[in-house]
Amino acid sequence: MYNYRYYCKNLHKYIHIVDVCFFTVSQEQIKNLYQRFQQLSGNHEKISRDDLERIPALNNNPIRKQIITAFFDKRNQHQNDVGSLDEIGFEQFLMVMSHFRPVNSTATEEEKAIVRKQKLRFLFNMHDTDNDGIITLDEYRTVVEELLSQSGAIETEVARSIADAAMLEVASTNVPHMAPDDFYEGITFEHFEQILKGIEMESRMSIRFLDMNTATMRCGKLSS
Amino acid sequence: MPSGTVSHGASGRLRGLFLVMVLVFLEGSVFTVAVASSDQHSPTTAHSGGHKATDHGSHNNTGKAFPVLDLNYENVRVPFEISLWVLLASLMKLGFHLVPHLSNIVPESCLLIVVGLLVGGIIRGTGETVPPVMDSKLFFYILLPPIILDAGYFLPIRPFMENLGTILIFAVVGTLWNAFFVGGLLYGVCQIGTETSSILSRIGLLQCLLFGSIISAVDPVAVLAVFEEIHINELLHILVFGESLLNDAVTVVLYHLFEEFSGIGSVTLLKGFLGVISFFVVALGGVLVGVLYGILAAFTSRFTSHTRVIEPLFVFLYSYMAYLSAEIFHLSGIMALIACGAVMRPYVEANISHKSHTTIKYFLKMWSSVSETLIFIFLGVATVAGPHDWNWTFVTVTVILCLVARVIGVVGLTFIINKFRIVKLTTKDQFIIAYGGLRGAIAFSLGFLLKKEHFPEREIFLTAIITVIFFTVFVQGMTIKPLVELLAVKKKQEAKRSINEEIHTQFLDHLLTGIEDICGHYGHHHWKDKLNRFNKKYVKKCLIAGERSKEPQLIAFYHKMEMKQAIQLVESGGGIKMPSAVPSTVSMQNIQPRPPTKPAPERAIPQLSKNKEEEIRKILRTNLQRTRQRLRSYNRHTLVADPYEDGLSDLFLKKQKMFQIEKKPASNKVPMIQVDLASPQSPDSVNLLDEFGQANQQEEEEQGLMMKPPSRPREAKKPSEEDEAKDPQKLMRCLSDPGPSADEDEDGAFLP
Repeated sequence: MYNYRYYCKNLHKYIHIVDVCFFTVSQEQIKNLYQRFQQLSGNHEKISRDDLERIPALNNNPIRKQIITAFFDKRNQHQNDVGSLDEIGFEQFLMVMSHFRPVNSTATEEEKAIVRKQKLRFLFNMHDTDNDGIITLDEYRTVVEELLSQSGAIETEVARSIADAAMLEVASTNVPHMAPDDFYEGITFEHFEQILKGIEMESRMSIRFLDMNTATMRCGKLSS
Repeated sequence: MPSGTVSHGASGRLRGLFLVMVLVFLEGSVFTVAVASSDQHSPTTAHSGGHKATDHGSHNNTGKAFPVLDLNYENVRVPFEISLWVLLASLMKLGFHLVPHLSNIVPESCLLIVVGLLVGGIIRGTGETVPPVMDSKLFFYILLPPIILDAGYFLPIRPFMENLGTILIFAVVGTLWNAFFVGGLLYGVCQIGTETSSILSRIGLLQCLLFGSIISAVDPVAVLAVFEEIHINELLHILVFGESLLNDAVTVVLYHLFEEFSGIGSVTLLKGFLGVISFFVVALGGVLVGVLYGILAAFTSRFTSHTRVIEPLFVFLYSYMAYLSAEIFHLSGIMALIACGAVMRPYVEANISHKSHTTIKYFLKMWSSVSETLIFIFLGVATVAGPHDWNWTFVTVTVILCLVARVIGVVGLTFIINKFRIVKLTTKDQFIIAYGGLRGAIAFSLGFLLKKEHFPEREIFLTAIITVIFFTVFVQGMTIKPLVELLAVKKKQEAKRSINEEIHTQFLDHLLTGIEDICGHYGHHHWKDKLNRFNKKYVKKCLIAGERSKEPQLIAFYHKMEMKQAIQLVESGGGIKMPSAVPSTVSMQNIQPRPPTKPAPERAIPQLSKNKEEEIRKILRTNLQRTRQRLRSYNRHTLVADPYEDGLSDLFLKKQKMFQIEKKPASNKVPMIQVDLASPQSPDSVNLLDEFGQANQQEEEEQGLMMKPPSRPREAKKPSEEDEAKDPQKLMRCLSDPGPSADEDEDGAFLP
């Protein structure tokens, strides 16, 4: 049974160096997350989907399925792997959490761009369920339907029209001139970045709780 | 201003300008005559007295002929003068925009003050006493509320709530710091003073502190007037503007506190403690009163579906009552007004009709615009009116101290605030926040309210206040625009909210709430989500009439967008190509999945089974027949939604239909028959005939217009029929009594 000190020492081994160079992780936060992990897993080493599904607060969340799936998605582990895991250990849990770190205020523009790309990639993976690199119309429709799923009796028609409209917007902004016979396959990652560039992802997609700048871990070295 | 047709435009503008000048001149002369004549009549002439006098006059002079033309100015004096002032203000506003380039260099507020100075000068020049126009009652009860209501009703809730902590710290701590710093140091300067120290040293500490509290508050009117023209990014705008609104509570408390203390002359710790308590009472009490009235207004609007005409009136009345009720108890009227407007807006907008929404918007904008203009003009007039007591030391020290206090306050507070913010405030931001701390008419009115008996140095104060106001409005107001350009501060993003951004904003909200729940951390997403759910479950059911209460925000947004597009389409003359930001030839056809192999010329109908083909032919035939009948016996009642009153509506329908063929995002029934039948995996194929059958029952006369060569009508018809299946409901809801359309203003969610 590993304790969190072990994880702190070995964390740099598990986290891909390039991506996490600009995240700050402190001992305090790792400890808190570890405690939560233990709580969720019932003091086992790994948590399964059921453990996450048992969280009562998630019941009201319309996209809980996608969130839980994202934790078990291999693509979010930055190891160029695809597929999904059945159980995840603490380091994988931490890896997924690291996507929600706020970017360090002293980071440069390139660093911010890298962080932003990473967060967008996480979102993209959540939408692109069949991992073909594009979000097709059906996948996007599913996203919108899930979003509206908790809002009572919504006609699927409306959800689909919204998804269609959104898709049309993406196509119009990214590939403005298409002949009537051309087919727009789906939203690629570049297009996805393009349409969401209005939202400042590096600050919006972050949890405040993870923003305690006590120790910093840069490029795999622990310095505190 | 359009620089298009150069010569014609320029001469047109010059002509307009000339006309405006003539009007103003005439009006000004009438005004001075009116003022002069009114002063000649004895001020105690009552209305009826005037009448009697004239009656007497006519009776006495029985020898004279019946007065065909008679002059009786007294009766209409007050309304006449009021109207003249308002007319002057409006003409000025008109004039400024006709003068080329002027409005780019000088902010309107400066020009209006200058106009006020001129008018005051003219009145004084003709030897008359300048009317005391800047009456505090007039200002606080008539001129200020429309501006604040306009600000509160259209307050962008999301950025405001996200930055609420920062705004509160700036408003409360910042204003307190300013007040004490300026007041305290001023007292020190007065004591050590120079040759004029005899006058100054009489000013006590409490008076100085009172003065400090009056002068330290950032003024919402001035901030609005100046910031409106510089278009900085939303964050800075909401920070400075929010601060100017929320510091009213602090100002009210400090003002009453120090006024009270200067009267009594002694300060005890208990009184100081009570002062702190009274701050919370004033602020929270004001908000509570506002929320109460806001809920009342929302509830009332639920029942107005039969009397749409007076809907705007409810909004205005409830808000004004909130303001006045707060003023009864010496609570912060401004906060009450803001709270009332912000609370009632999402519910009222879901209930009222589109026209009422437009009415509210335009009335608010109109009143606030006129009020603002009048305030600045009166400021100019009051400056000429005096009474003034210029004291070099006092005035210069005040101006310098105000600036210094503001800068130190902003820098110091930002240092603390940045520790808690995710998006930190940069130095540039801090500079703009400090520089944007303009003082305005509220400070002057508060100074005007001081009683001479308690404050012998009232004139000194007033002069200093006016100087500070002039300095901030003129110097800072004029230079902030070039400074913003120079510092390359981020400007407001003009891009409209796209539906993708909306979807992902919602998605992110839920995602972050979920992650917080998994972490076991009850962060602000968690609470926001809880509040949203409470709102949806209980509050909306109470306050929103009928079906709209269940509408999720994404759908509301989407309908608004559709509505806006439809209106845009009609306004643009109904061209088939909708004017869009990104001209593109992409249409629904490009998106819908289709089989990769596709024979080019004819839209192939592969593998159509025999009976399906028969069905299709039958439907086509019957539609053809029906169309012919339709064309002959056109009848209003066969229209989809009855409430259309004019022929414009079917024109609109037709145009929308044509538009839909080319590019209609709102319908998903575009897939052609062939495609659906050919691609087995598409779920549409199963329901096709049902829909077709359904669409059949919908009798649309527009189909007749769509007759084209046989291969085409299927695509053309399909969308039209199936659109009609859905559109009637939507159109019925949207057009007959549509909800408010989306504007540049915020979307209508309470906590988006």
